[in-house]
Amino acid sequence: MTLLSGASLRPVLAAVSLSIASFATPITASAEDVVNIYSYRQPPLIEPVLTAFTAKTGIKTNVLFLDKGLEERILAEGENSPADVILAVDIARLSSIVDKGVTQPVTDEAINGKIPAEYRDPAGNWFGLTKRGRVIYASKDRVAQNEITYAELADPKWKGKICTRSGQHDYNLALISSVIAHEGPEKAESWLTGVKANLARKPEGGDRDQAKAIFAGECDIALGNTYYVGQMLTNEKEPEQKDWAGAIKVLFPDAAGNGTHVNVSGMAMAKYAPNKASALALMFFLASEEAQKIYAEKVFEYPVDPAVAPSELVANWGVLKGDSLPLVDIAKNRKAASEMVDRVAFDDGSGS
Amino acid sequence: MTAAIDTQRNLPVRAPRLARAYWLIGLIVTIAILPIVSLIIIAFQGNLDELTHVFQTVLPKALGTSAILLGLVALLTASMGVTSAWLVTTFDFPLRRALSWLLVLPIAIPPYIAAYCFVEFLHFAGPVQTLIREAFDFHTHSDYWFPDIRNVWGAGFILSLTLYPYVYMATRVVFLMQARNAADVARSLGASNARVFLKVLLPMSRPAIIAGVALALMETLNDIGASEYLGVRTLTFSIYNTWLGRGSLTGAAQLAVIMLVIVAFVLWLEVYSRRMMRYNSGRASTIKARPARIQLSRPRALLAMMATAAPVLVGFGIPVGVLLRFASKRLDQSLDPIFLSALKNSILVGVATSFLVVAVCLFLLHIGRLITGPKRWIIRLATIGYTLPGTILALGLLYVLTSLDSVLNTASRAIVGMPVGLIFSGSAFAIILVSTIRFMAVGESSLSAALSKLPANLDAAARNLGHSPIAASRDVLLPLLRPAILTSLILIFVDTVKELSSAILLRPIGFNTLATLVYENASRAAVEDGAIAALAIVAVSVVPVFILSRALAGDRP
Repeated sequence: MTLLSGASLRPVLAAVSLSIASFATPITASAEDVVNIYSYRQPPLIEPVLTAFTAKTGIKTNVLFLDKGLEERILAEGENSPADVILAVDIARLSSIVDKGVTQPVTDEAINGKIPAEYRDPAGNWFGLTKRGRVIYASKDRVAQNEITYAELADPKWKGKICTRSGQHDYNLALISSVIAHEGPEKAESWLTGVKANLARKPEGGDRDQAKAIFAGECDIALGNTYYVGQMLTNEKEPEQKDWAGAIKVLFPDAAGNGTHVNVSGMAMAKYAPNKASALALMFFLASEEAQKIYAEKVFEYPVDPAVAPSELVANWGVLKGDSLPLVDIAKNRKAASEMVDRVAFDDGSGS
Repeated sequence: MTAAIDTQRNLPVRAPRLARAYWLIGLIVTIAILPIVSLIIIAFQGNLDELTHVFQTVLPKALGTSAILLGLVALLTASMGVTSAWLVTTFDFPLRRALSWLLVLPIAIPPYIAAYCFVEFLHFAGPVQTLIREAFDFHTHSDYWFPDIRNVWGAGFILSLTLYPYVYMATRVVFLMQARNAADVARSLGASNARVFLKVLLPMSRPAIIAGVALALMETLNDIGASEYLGVRTLTFSIYNTWLGRGSLTGAAQLAVIMLVIVAFVLWLEVYSRRMMRYNSGRASTIKARPARIQLSRPRALLAMMATAAPVLVGFGIPVGVLLRFASKRLDQSLDPIFLSALKNSILVGVATSFLVVAVCLFLLHIGRLITGPKRWIIRLATIGYTLPGTILALGLLYVLTSLDSVLNTASRAIVGMPVGLIFSGSAFAIILVSTIRFMAVGESSLSAALSKLPANLDAAARNLGHSPIAASRDVLLPLLRPAILTSLILIFVDTVKELSSAILLRPIGFNTLATLVYENASRAAVEDGAIAALAIVAVSVVPVFILSRALAGDRP
């Protein structure tokens, strides 16, 4: 127990307090060549584009990732918040950020020129950067049809054949919100009840796990976002993911009707951004063709800029005809969707 | 005890001057309860809309799920922990010495990482099912039945595998120390092994078992990562989702208050069980000669070996194996500057928190020894942080710290004309503080347990000889408490390194710990990319756990 003898304890304590003092100093928000990003997107996914940004402008980036509670944190920090730019992966999150009053409007013709009007806030509080379709992954072996609708998911012919992640996940909430917007709450609820009755297992995991489940034969169809398929097909580190993605085909639901439900990832400028010029430079870069190409090629998302084509791999699945429902209508129904998921006990699966 | 106090009063011992100490205690307790006070304020600010919805739809089920989960964890951790402690202390069998410390290892695996690994291991495409399919020539999912661990039973099983060491450690110490002598006596009087276990060891170690189980249950209540991943909708998860999924802070705070009541009940059970009996070590530790461990017949010895090896192999071997397989393909990540800074941050936060907690606990206990009356109550209040899941505690603290920062910045703008930035909420201070508040109870319980075993007149004697109260504690009690101090430091260090939920919410921008790095990857369904960081958590925790179990061995030859 010499480890803790009084004599040796003091230098240890001194060293500890010194090292803490050195790393506990807060980031001061004044240096101009830095931009602080509060992000709902996982750092590995934004890293390629941020690296390109720093290489081009010399502006360094600091990232704080939170997958929940980001706007609450900025709100609590108030006018002392170091946040410059906020990144989010879902329209409901983007609107919630705006609703909480933690953004400021940006009117920049150069940015507006790149992003079509339907994918940005008219007031400039948020901008979409990439699109993702909420599509159906279907087993190549067991599903013959090549067309599908969301409404069909409630058809008893799929009983015990559907997999999905939690109904409370942002991506599913946005889809349910769009159904509420199109069909009204009553019809949406009976639809959701129907989908629940068809579930092969309790909602769980992420979108990749649903592809894995189809590969494993647990279910025949699943809800999933487009880009995961591209990421799985090109995963060199875990090549078995190629098998999962190889077992499925991508079906664009409602291609003949309203169009496939599309969500956006996007950006906003924080209300009290301390490095406003750098923030603007970053936002401009994220909207630029260069950055849009990186999303398309590295992350397999659809660029919002119509001038930039999706990656070849993604284009091979067919054309994404997006639902023309205004994104803000989807965001508006989020709370109703979340409560509906609870009410029909969607996440308990078909067993209950 | 009473006799000791009487002596203290009668002897010419200077009454300690405690005015300044009271101020300090007041400050510590205030800091400890601030997050909860801020939560309660938030809870009462809003209306009850959200709560009504939650009451109608989520709460009954979430309560049921949490109850099953807690019951399961209590049952499994108690049976695994007590059985293995009994086997390694009573019998002799191959590898016993090694197993007696290996059994502690699963504590180094954070539950959320264990959950990822078990799902990976037992999934259709994982090694077990692949082997089954190859062996029996099955092809698809519908050809055979395989248990699904993505439910409350699986969660209970996985959590127990990583939490039983709390029970094992607490029980084993009792089996080795006090209960040992009584057991030896009982055995010499002809009692069978089973009878000794049931009539002597089990009753004598009951407080230790319950204390260990209570810790395991608190960890279970704290868990969000594992239950979210396994699709188990516990009460904690419901709070989390109400707050951050539906953006209802007040609803979440209201649920958190309900949860506090449940936690208070668990804690009361623990205290109540201790109150039932007084446990005293007496002078048993002076016994020099002890009878040898019982030799088992060969098949029984093998059985005992397998029974004690199983929790280690499953609870530690499988997760580490899965992680190693992922990590082997990503060795380049181990030089990544982000990983290295996360490693440094985790170690520093862990070290800082453990020293801070132990220092504060020692101070509180030192004062607690000098005063009578409401002292227990005050010390209990200072440990209240453990009663809340990390997320909730962090949420409460976030509002406290940002308010402080706001005041500070307003002042600095007025005085020097520019803001000073987020001193409290935007620095590593926030993470250290939240971990300190959260793990006070861990330090307090192991230190006060050790302190209560020391005769009450020990330091009084030193004071009688002219030492000041501080000198008496420092020169007499502190050296005697060293093993307990080491235990607390290490337990708190490991807990802090594993801690995810409060770190993810309160960390400053650009600041990663190993746990947040794992989580970032897991949250985009790429657990494999967090394997190096996950292994680092295990490695950083295993080293001190190893030191601890060697130091605490106190094992007879």
